[in-house]
Amino acid sequence: MSGLDSLYQQLILEHSKTRSGGDLANLPAAATGAPGTGQSYTGQSHQLNPICGDEITLRLSLGTDGDGQAVTEIHWDGDGCAISMASASILSEMAPGMSPMSLRHTIDHFRELMRSRGKLEADEELLQDAAALAGVAKYPARVKCAMLAWVAAEDALRQAEASQGVPQAL
Amino acid sequence: MTMVSTPAWGDAQVSALDDDEVRRIRNDFPVLEQEINGKPLVYLDSGATSQNPRSVLEAEQEFYEQRNSAVHRGAHHLAVEATDAFEDARATVARFVGVQDDELIWTANATAGLNLLAYSFSNASVDRAAGGAERFALKPGDEVLVTEMEHHANLIPWQELCRRTGASLKYIPLDDAGALRLEEAARLLTPRTRILAFTHTSNVLGNINPVDVLVRMAREVGALVVLDACQSAPHLPLDFKAMDVDFAVFSGHKMLGPTGIGAVYGRSELLNAMPPFLTGGSMITTVTMEEARYLPAPQRFEAGTQPISQAVALAAAANYLSETGMHRIALREAELGQRLVMGLSAIDGVRVLGPGPGEERTGLAAFDVSGVHAHDVGQYLDNLGIAVRVGHHCAQPLHRRLGLSASTRASTYLYTTSEEVDLLVEAVAQIRPYFGVTASGVAS
Repeated sequence: MSGLDSLYQQLILEHSKTRSGGDLANLPAAATGAPGTGQSYTGQSHQLNPICGDEITLRLSLGTDGDGQAVTEIHWDGDGCAISMASASILSEMAPGMSPMSLRHTIDHFRELMRSRGKLEADEELLQDAAALAGVAKYPARVKCAMLAWVAAEDALRQAEASQGVPQAL
Repeated sequence: MTMVSTPAWGDAQVSALDDDEVRRIRNDFPVLEQEINGKPLVYLDSGATSQNPRSVLEAEQEFYEQRNSAVHRGAHHLAVEATDAFEDARATVARFVGVQDDELIWTANATAGLNLLAYSFSNASVDRAAGGAERFALKPGDEVLVTEMEHHANLIPWQELCRRTGASLKYIPLDDAGALRLEEAARLLTPRTRILAFTHTSNVLGNINPVDVLVRMAREVGALVVLDACQSAPHLPLDFKAMDVDFAVFSGHKMLGPTGIGAVYGRSELLNAMPPFLTGGSMITTVTMEEARYLPAPQRFEAGTQPISQAVALAAAANYLSETGMHRIALREAELGQRLVMGLSAIDGVRVLGPGPGEERTGLAAFDVSGVHAHDVGQYLDNLGIAVRVGHHCAQPLHRRLGLSASTRASTYLYTTSEEVDLLVEAVAQIRPYFGVTASGVAS
């Protein structure tokens, strides 16, 4: 695979077009649950890459799942390159069902992978489709594109937990 | 390729640089000899920063090896040599843009130059007592007029100046093709307009604004005219005196010079009435513990140790351009600009911003590839060794006006070959198929 083809894998190009979860603009404003009522809680984050103008607004909802909590859905609205849009689409497909801790763990690994300049191997079990973004790590100028939605999700998760009054894990 | 319209700066006596001359010129630029991703570098980002010929690199090295010293102080031999080199450089660059030596102030770049002007006017606004500086003072009710196509460097300093002084910022809007709406300019220029600041040629559109028309309108209402010549000084023969602007700025690194040097031109009587911006060493006559008196321009605006070797190298760049011939360079780039706009706009789904084929344009073209983000366009081209600029090019309001958040820009210079332009056009034609975008712009 040429350098360019490893960056723009078919899976990435498909996600950049289908944009799973990219329907935030069509949804009503989030109904945020009141603390202690067991409703779902949402956090919303807007992230901008001032270098290229890529932009995303991402909303993440948390709900109860058995004994614990889990991400119930992610919706976003964004404008940007194939890498940033595909990355948001992949994340919105994989995050629902994850516990906050597991999502944080996944985000941390993804960030480490992106910053490795290609030296780290992707944990494919953990990253699922996002492992296809591993090629981005060799293009330092594009790492921010790939990270945009993940940074937004991390921030939205923090807000969702804060609105719930849950002590936040660091 | 025939020139469709004769530009204002056209001169029937000279011809455009031809391909053979350009190939010889390329031998003077070491950086162009390299390969990127196994392909010869095709450098089409001179609008962001230009490359340096050997004579410029050698001038800087020669200065450090033979004459390095502080200038305008010290009585020793090297200090005299360095001062002479520094002031000779000023004279060379002043001549290059048609102004007197004492009307050219060194700055770090065009951005620093525009900030120098804005902060000097700001200082005049808070200290009206300064002799003769009242004419630069702004107050509520006054207006600063810019255009919707400005680079952020010729917008934000004026936003901030207005915020500090209570003056209002207005702008000349663009039509759908990106041209200035001159009828709006006529309406917006009123006796309240104190400053008209506009770019000579847009770094995105590649158009050339009608300086003469705008200067005439500004004169009628007594507004000061600030010209952003950052994109024109490297590419068009300029004579700021003949253009009758009050101030102009440009950057060295866009005209074959090093980074860290640029200049402000100001009419002598204005510069000497303006309060200084940066203060400190080298710009004073008498200093007491209570106050200081300032030297006339240009030293008045050159506090602290200046970019001396950079000035010397910039003069070498100006000499290189003059010896090649600015008219010939401008004609050559106009041809390349036409080659770009014709080639790119013939590609399905590609929209070139600014003047269309056959209309006056400099040697650059920014374009949108429908269905493919500029960042991805730039990545595809980089893979082929083609260097272009992607993003908003420091002109967010302009992109917003054109309904875009980003574009891809190819910009040429005197060392760009016709083949390089053709390589770009051929590569751009492959981009939508590569990303799986169909003719209608909808993903397949």
